[in-house]
Amino acid sequence: MDTVAHAVVPGPAFPVPYRVVARRAETADTVTMELANDDGPLDAFAPGQFAMLTAYGIGEVPISLSAVAVAGGRTRRLVHTVRAVGAVTRALCGAAPGAVIGVRGPYGTAWDLAAAAGRDVVIVAGGIGLAPVRPLVHAVLADRSRFGDVALLVGARTPADLVFRDDLRRWAGAGAQVAVTVDRPAGDWDGHVGVVPSLLPQARFDAGHAVAFVCGPEIMMRFTAEALIRAGVAPARVQISLERSMRCGCGWCGHCQLGPLLVCRDGPVVAYERVAHLLTVREL
Amino acid sequence: MASGTRPRTPPPALLDATALEALVDALRARGFTVMGPTVRDGAVVIAELTSAADLPYGVGVDTDAGRYRLRARDDRAAFGHSAGPQSWKNVLHPPRALVWSADRTPDGSMAGGEPARERRYALLGVRPCDLAAIKVLDRVLTGGRQADPVYTGRRDGNLIIAVECTEPGAVCFCSSMGTGPGTDDGFDLALTELVDGGEHLFVVRAGTGEGAEILAGLPARPADEGIVERAREAVGAAAGRMGRTMRPGSLPDLLAEARGSPHWDDVAARCLTCGNCTMVCPTCFCTTPEDVTDLTGDHAERWRRWDSCFDLDFSYLHGGSVRTSGRARYRQWLTHKLGTWHEQFGSSGCVGCGRCIAWCPAGIDLTREIDALAAAGAG
Ligand SMILES: Cc1cc2nc3c(=O)[nH]c(=O)nc-3n(C[C@H](O)[C@H](O)[C@H](O)COP(=O)(O)OP(=O)(O)OC[C@H]3O[C@@H](n4cnc5c(N)ncnc54)[C@H](O)[C@@H]3O)c2cc1C
Ligand code: SF4
Ligand code: SF4
Repeated sequence: MDTVAHAVVPGPAFPVPYRVVARRAETADTVTMELANDDGPLDAFAPGQFAMLTAYGIGEVPISLSAVAVAGGRTRRLVHTVRAVGAVTRALCGAAPGAVIGVRGPYGTAWDLAAAAGRDVVIVAGGIGLAPVRPLVHAVLADRSRFGDVALLVGARTPADLVFRDDLRRWAGAGAQVAVTVDRPAGDWDGHVGVVPSLLPQARFDAGHAVAFVCGPEIMMRFTAEALIRAGVAPARVQISLERSMRCGCGWCGHCQLGPLLVCRDGPVVAYERVAHLLTVREL
Repeated sequence: MASGTRPRTPPPALLDATALEALVDALRARGFTVMGPTVRDGAVVIAELTSAADLPYGVGVDTDAGRYRLRARDDRAAFGHSAGPQSWKNVLHPPRALVWSADRTPDGSMAGGEPARERRYALLGVRPCDLAAIKVLDRVLTGGRQADPVYTGRRDGNLIIAVECTEPGAVCFCSSMGTGPGTDDGFDLALTELVDGGEHLFVVRAGTGEGAEILAGLPARPADEGIVERAREAVGAAAGRMGRTMRPGSLPDLLAEARGSPHWDDVAARCLTCGNCTMVCPTCFCTTPEDVTDLTGDHAERWRRWDSCFDLDFSYLHGGSVRTSGRARYRQWLTHKLGTWHEQFGSSGCVGCGRCIAWCPAGIDLTREIDALAAAGAG
């Protein structure tokens, strides 16, 4: 290995060690983990923002917070839900309680929940996209009387891929309409089958006064946003969370460009109307 | 730019070419690592200079699309060459750099940090176009919420000795980008080289207190108005001898409208997606991290290397790359460089140095591609 002896100094590129204190398997390939560092070395994260997580010696990837707990403006606890799709996410999912993971952040834009005050709220999530909106659901339900109707529409490939099942049940009892669909039914699934936008007609909300938050695969976000707009939601009130290759999280690496946007800096959360014309350009 | 916008500094001085020796010595005596042009492997590269004798005296270059050759000049000019394959990016934002290292602690955690800064660089012989490129990198890598520590570790405390351009090449177009061939700010010292009739002189201007202090220690004499005027004329004449011109008008608008242009297929048929243009460009800043550990797993390091938007893996997301075709990758490069860079970082990403034209194996010339896109759009 190409090692050099050198003095070291703390800085923004160095991941801060957090320890895994809890780990729960959500599905066959997805794990929710809680990380702790009692010194609270990182600033507070807001729902929608992400952290760069390092599996030491393997690599670093952007992962959203799937729950946000802030004490005194510092982050002592982080909750992430990670789907194992490659080397780094596999290592993160395999980290047992006691293991140390490097963390940098908070990065990116947050869901603009203030824009939804006094309005109906529609949250639409596909697959692991439920993780980045989970803290948003928490925030809405914690302050339920500030909002009108609240609908949460969730899609998964198969029933076995559905994450946060217990939460979905709990949220349904805490003032949210919760509807779930799968692309391919299996086992004893007797629920809705079809793509997520097909859940829209059964949700109760006043489109003219609603704010929508959408997270999932890009194609799903596009179809959902277009369906919401057709139903009468103002394009400026549809927020989506973009995904691009991100190697640093803070604008230095150049990978996450989408036209004029640096997604790590100008996103991941953006108003759909700002990017709609970019998302239709192939290979942009 | 009006020189009147500069803070009042000492009047221009005159140095004999032999005083470059004293200049390099003075910089080294002040503890600077002096980086500047020197000849290596058939090209003028940027390397550490231990004495002014390392400068490429009498070396000129012939450039054109896909072409770069050294040639002997018939004078002893030290800066009589246009841009080579390297730029100050190689010093300030190196091709490969250590980002951090960490070691396992007894309680199983990881302790470490970023490498501490070890050197202070003096950059000797910075062309106005390349000075503009350093300002572009400053905006990109230090203008955000957090400054890039690898870059600031090498950039902070730089002493910059600019050399105005009197010798543009066939691929240069800095005057149409507004970045050269003269310069009025951003340097500690600015030199203008005058070689003719057996005389070899430098008109010197100080741009900062530190520059003035260094100048005061050199065997300089006052420059009379006549010679200052000759230097100005030489730079003015260079502006008229650029081999290329960038089309005027809003390139961000042109490129945003050209996203669906059939001309991208035409470029893609010629482009080898080799990424040379991004490597030689003084402002292309993209990188990719590489994490390593020792065999025990108790020592970890993150390195990073230059990456290129021409690389297929560059836009890789779980499931595949976003930009797979050569067409999409060339479009990304050109559109970013000349278009979306404005919105992202408040300026063009191109300073008109011409390197990407000279070092493209296919001889692709961005000024012509822009003309072709404009023509395709108009037609
Ligand atoms: C803002 C944001 C938030 C996210 N939040 C979550 C979340 O909450 N939960 C979640 O599970 N996922 C989330 N993701 C997705 C997650 O970051 C990716 O799944 C993860 O980066 C995959 O990394 P990997 O190494 O495991 O897999 P891979 O897909 O193998 O690799 C990921 C990265 O490594 C690089 N890479 C891989 N192979 C190569 C190669 N051969 N050559 C060069 N480069 C290569 C690529 O650049 C790629 O971007 C989020 C993504 C973004 C942008
Ligand atoms: S795009 Fe080409 S001409 Fe412009 S700065 Fe980069 S290398 Fe120089
Ligand atoms: S434009 Fe030229 S230098 Fe750039 S990738 Fe294509 S062939 Fe290589």
